[in-house]
Amino acid sequence: MRILVVEDDKDVAGFVVKGLKEAGHVVEHAANGRDGLFLAASEGFDAIVLDRMLPGGVDGLRLLETLRSQGNNTPVLFLSAMAQVDDRVRGLKAGGDDYMTKPFAFAELLARVEALTRRGKSEGPTTKLVVADLEMDLLSRGVKRDGQKIDLQPREFRLLEYLMRHAGQVVTRTMLLEGVWDYHFDPQTNVIDVHVSRLRQKVDKPFPTPLIHTVRNAGYMLRPEAP
Amino acid sequence: MTDIGGVEASPARPAKGGRLSFLSPDRLFRSAGVRFGVIYAGLFGISALALAAFLWWSTAGLLERQTDAAIETDWQGLLERFDDGGMLGLIEAIRQRVDANVNDDAIYLLAGPDMRPIAGNIDQWPRRVTVDVESTELLIERAGVKGLAKVHKYDLVGGFHLLIGRDIEARSQLSHMLADAMLWAAGIAVALGSVGAWAVRGLFRVTIADVSATASAISAGDLTRRVQVTGQGDEFDMLAETINDMLDRISRLMDGVRQVSNAIAHDLRTPITRARARLEDAALHATSEADLRAAIDRAQADLDDIVAVFQALLRISEIEAGARRSAFASDDLAPLLRDLAELYDAAAEEKGLVLEQQVPAVLPVFGDRDMIQQAVANLLDNALKFSPPGGVVRLSASAGRDAVTVAVADGGPGIPQDSMARATERFYRGEQARNTPGSGLGLSLVQAVATLHGGVLRLEDNHPGLRAVLRLPSTEAKPAG
Repeated sequence: MRILVVEDDKDVAGFVVKGLKEAGHVVEHAANGRDGLFLAASEGFDAIVLDRMLPGGVDGLRLLETLRSQGNNTPVLFLSAMAQVDDRVRGLKAGGDDYMTKPFAFAELLARVEALTRRGKSEGPTTKLVVADLEMDLLSRGVKRDGQKIDLQPREFRLLEYLMRHAGQVVTRTMLLEGVWDYHFDPQTNVIDVHVSRLRQKVDKPFPTPLIHTVRNAGYMLRPEAP
Repeated sequence: MTDIGGVEASPARPAKGGRLSFLSPDRLFRSAGVRFGVIYAGLFGISALALAAFLWWSTAGLLERQTDAAIETDWQGLLERFDDGGMLGLIEAIRQRVDANVNDDAIYLLAGPDMRPIAGNIDQWPRRVTVDVESTELLIERAGVKGLAKVHKYDLVGGFHLLIGRDIEARSQLSHMLADAMLWAAGIAVALGSVGAWAVRGLFRVTIADVSATASAISAGDLTRRVQVTGQGDEFDMLAETINDMLDRISRLMDGVRQVSNAIAHDLRTPITRARARLEDAALHATSEADLRAAIDRAQADLDDIVAVFQALLRISEIEAGARRSAFASDDLAPLLRDLAELYDAAAEEKGLVLEQQVPAVLPVFGDRDMIQQAVANLLDNALKFSPPGGVVRLSASAGRDAVTVAVADGGPGIPQDSMARATERFYRGEQARNTPGSGLGLSLVQAVATLHGGVLRLEDNHPGLRAVLRLPSTEAKPAG
């Protein structure tokens, strides 16, 4: 994937660029808003990681608004030190697809960027999700594995749906909290882990190979087999 | 000459705000007190002037108009006699009138075309009354006495001229007297106006002196000073109350800021020290890469904790600043609570706890959904954290007439009665909580959310355990503070 990183802090930019490259992406970097806007508008990217406060007269919001007004719909993830709820709302209103605050864990950033690019590709409404021998029918809301029916609570169904939609990608606890429960705070208790482990009891336990994997220091991933 | 600076500085710089600059007219008129005083004096002067003008018009003016009217009446009478009896009749009538005039203030003179006197009580036609003069005031000598007289000249057929007048010596004296009096009155008005203006300025200064003294005391650092309320309920009292309310709010915010910065200074020092120590220890003593990695991982976790504390602190101050009150909306709390209960139910079960919920079908509230969510989540976090295995955590809610009550009760150690009040302070951690993870900010946030919504957070003894009761307004209410 081609990813553009617009970030003025040298250390942060270097860290992000290096990490994204290690994850197998092609990365371009712009150190100010003007260059960032030029790159974003003239070249095609699969995702943009965008800082809010940038030198060069064009800040992140302006950059994004200009981009969107030109009909450019590249998925954008804000990476900003402006952490208030209103800042976040403003960023999303301007056309941002996700908003992360500094300081951040790289694993979270990577997971979110990869989730974004998936979201960018709209293949039309799907009615069925399939990962290995796990099947989910979104219309009848039925789940089967290896032909065997699995009974899930509504919330468990949504949790599994989210994991399946992001199959092969790391999904962090925060992403699950936001995507499945629509909560925007960090509970102190490990509530998400407990829900995932309950889901595992139903989806993985009765079968020989596990599908839901824990990714250390990051979150979870649903994928056919361990690499 | 060692004190060059002092010697040079003193004559060059006039003392600011001292006597010198106070007397400069520019500064004088920039003073609102002086301005009010001058306005007062101006209004006073205009009123006095209007009063004097009216007095003049109604005394001197009246007398003058009366004289004119008398002369006119005389003329009409004499004209009639002239029409009836011709020139002889007129001469006869003039003679009669002169004789009948007891006060000796009437003046008549009939003159021929050559201005020679024919009849009347003055000896010769006054020189100042020429052909084109109709009426005038002049000095006329009669029987050796000079006096001011008002005369009218009338022309008769045949080139005859008739002069009718009135002696106005008395009236002119009265006029002089009046004019003198008015001059004096003007002087007195100026004096009174100036004194009044001075008094108004003084009054103004005294009235705002307290406000100004309070303000300067506060800028000097004494935040406890307040403007005195006289209790008269006037505009100045209203101003004083507004200012005092503002000062109260400011000092509350200042206290908050001070508390937070103290807390940051003290409470963040510990985890930062820990992280630092780990890294240093690893740098000095780690013998393998695995050791180093482990140390780095743990230090990273420590830093994440510090960041979490910062975020919680910022979130609390964001809530306390009240900027997001604009995002308030009417909402149903019931599904929100059921979702939270469902989220925490699994975690409770894993800890061997039972999470009971008793939530009515509809719970209308007016507020910020995300904030209430986080507040209740914090209460549930706490309850789960402090409950011993096998215990029961109860989430209950009820809708009152104008408020919604959400209660979270646990069977944990609770909070001792004497620490209840302090439990919502930032970074407060009870004795029992020392060994559990947490920042001591959870209840502070709930408190902030309650206050922002104009509600209250009450902590009660659950015998055993803690019962936290959050009361939120169900309709749009004016939040306190």
